[in-house]
Amino acid sequence: MTFGPGPSDIDLLIGDRPGGPVRFRRRRRVSARAAVVATVSTLVFFGALVLAVTNAPGWAQVQRSFLNAKFFWGSLPDVVAHFWVNVQLFVIAEVLILVLGLVLAVLRSLPGPVFFPVRLLATFYVDLFRAIPGVLVIYMLGFGIPGLGIAGIPVDPFVWAVVALTLLYSAYVSEVYRAGIESIHPSQEAAARSLGLNRAQALRFVVLPQAVRRVIPPLLNDFIGLQKDTVLVSFVGVVDIFRSAQIKQAATFNFTPYLAVALVFILMTFPLARVVDWLVARDRARASAGAR
Amino acid sequence: MTAMTAVPATPEPNAAPALRIEGLYKSFGPLQVLRGIDLAVAEHEVVCLIGASGSGKSTLLRCVNLLEDVDAGRIVVGGEEITAPKVDVDRIRRDIGIVFQSYNLFPHMRVVDNVALAPRRVLKRPAARAEAEAMALLERFGLVEKAHDYPDRLSGGQQQRVAIVRALAMEPRLLLLDEITSALDPELVAEVLDVIRELAAGGMTMVIATHEMGFARDIADRVCFLDAGRILEEGTPDQIFRDPREGRTRQFLDRVIAAGRL
Repeated sequence: MTFGPGPSDIDLLIGDRPGGPVRFRRRRRVSARAAVVATVSTLVFFGALVLAVTNAPGWAQVQRSFLNAKFFWGSLPDVVAHFWVNVQLFVIAEVLILVLGLVLAVLRSLPGPVFFPVRLLATFYVDLFRAIPGVLVIYMLGFGIPGLGIAGIPVDPFVWAVVALTLLYSAYVSEVYRAGIESIHPSQEAAARSLGLNRAQALRFVVLPQAVRRVIPPLLNDFIGLQKDTVLVSFVGVVDIFRSAQIKQAATFNFTPYLAVALVFILMTFPLARVVDWLVARDRARASAGAR
Repeated sequence: MTAMTAVPATPEPNAAPALRIEGLYKSFGPLQVLRGIDLAVAEHEVVCLIGASGSGKSTLLRCVNLLEDVDAGRIVVGGEEITAPKVDVDRIRRDIGIVFQSYNLFPHMRVVDNVALAPRRVLKRPAARAEAEAMALLERFGLVEKAHDYPDRLSGGQQQRVAIVRALAMEPRLLLLDEITSALDPELVAEVLDVIRELAAGGMTMVIATHEMGFARDIADRVCFLDAGRILEEGTPDQIFRDPREGRTRQFLDRVIAAGRL
């Protein structure tokens, strides 16, 4: 920044000079400088970090057991193949969660004393499944229900893993939906009802379409969480991406396969996180355009 | 055009009132908003409700549309008591249109879908017919070029006209207008009031809460001055605006004139 004699604010605001308005030229110079500072400080920070780690006394051993190229490439095809199990898990669960979460949210927003027991039950459900650690639900359903030995009930742990993830995440997702429903101004429902639409029609055609649009970013956030939590199903005997890495690790005493697992999740989650950011930015731009 | 009260408007004797309100009370918690409203509106009559903010105009209209429960009193529309217990409120609301100060268009639907929604879903008209009828109405009110836009692309005046058209699409027998120009920029008020004039000329029965005194004077068959939840004075526009009987009415009108709104 210049302190002594320099362009005054007035000068900066006057345009019509070769090379465009001074203000804009100055801004461009400042942003170029900011980029250089950011690059240098990033390099310095991460350089120091890498130096600290690689000079640690146990680095050589850690590198052998966690960052082994041979084990990495050896385990990658198998790890990727088993990722298909996780994909099936979260795709099926996500569809079920979207439905069950919406049902729970609507049940919780039913008005009037008649529906008190319904609201109470739905609230209890949501509180309950947000309270219990997910791995416990997966254990109890995955081992407990097949253990009952009732004829006709599936014993495939995959099925109960889907059920457990659906029950767990529907509780979270219903809260997201509910926040969306409550964010729609009551005057919208009043306008719909005044035209003769009944409560269900007002919800279906006026409130929910607006609410769902508004909660897509937080819904995708919950789904990122769900996708990672699919590895919990390995605890009840489903051989998924995590289990396959574990089997490799147990056979070779090398932890590098876990790195491959992490990489697969990163490659899947990063783009989704960008999509969420993009949706949020777009909605914000739209909201400010609508408020003209 | 009323037979119910001592109003020297053009009479249509013995016509059943389109709307009759008897002894209406409404409180929000400790706040008494309506304290014994009696009002009858004849078919094709235009009644304007004037009065200070908080005098109960909006609440009265919302009660007639059953958007608020009443504490005591009766509301009869077309001979049917709509405040009776176990009445089908959705069926009643079909016949009573209301337009709000804040338009309340559905922002996720195009203009034509805003208008066609209730005919489709409530009257079960086929989609094509509901849309054609909506387009015809939009055409009539000069909004047809906006039919496929979303509401946020429209000016306030256009949005409010769409809200009126949306209410008209249900062919209501009674139209309630709740300060429909209060949220508009001054230069947009006229286009909305012109629509109301046209509806009045067409014989629509209307109850209009308004701060536009010039408009009320112009369009109303009868003007009611509300004060603290009661109809303090009612009469023809000439009588109310030229020669109010009540001191409170005169006081209110003086303030309005001082503010340059008459």
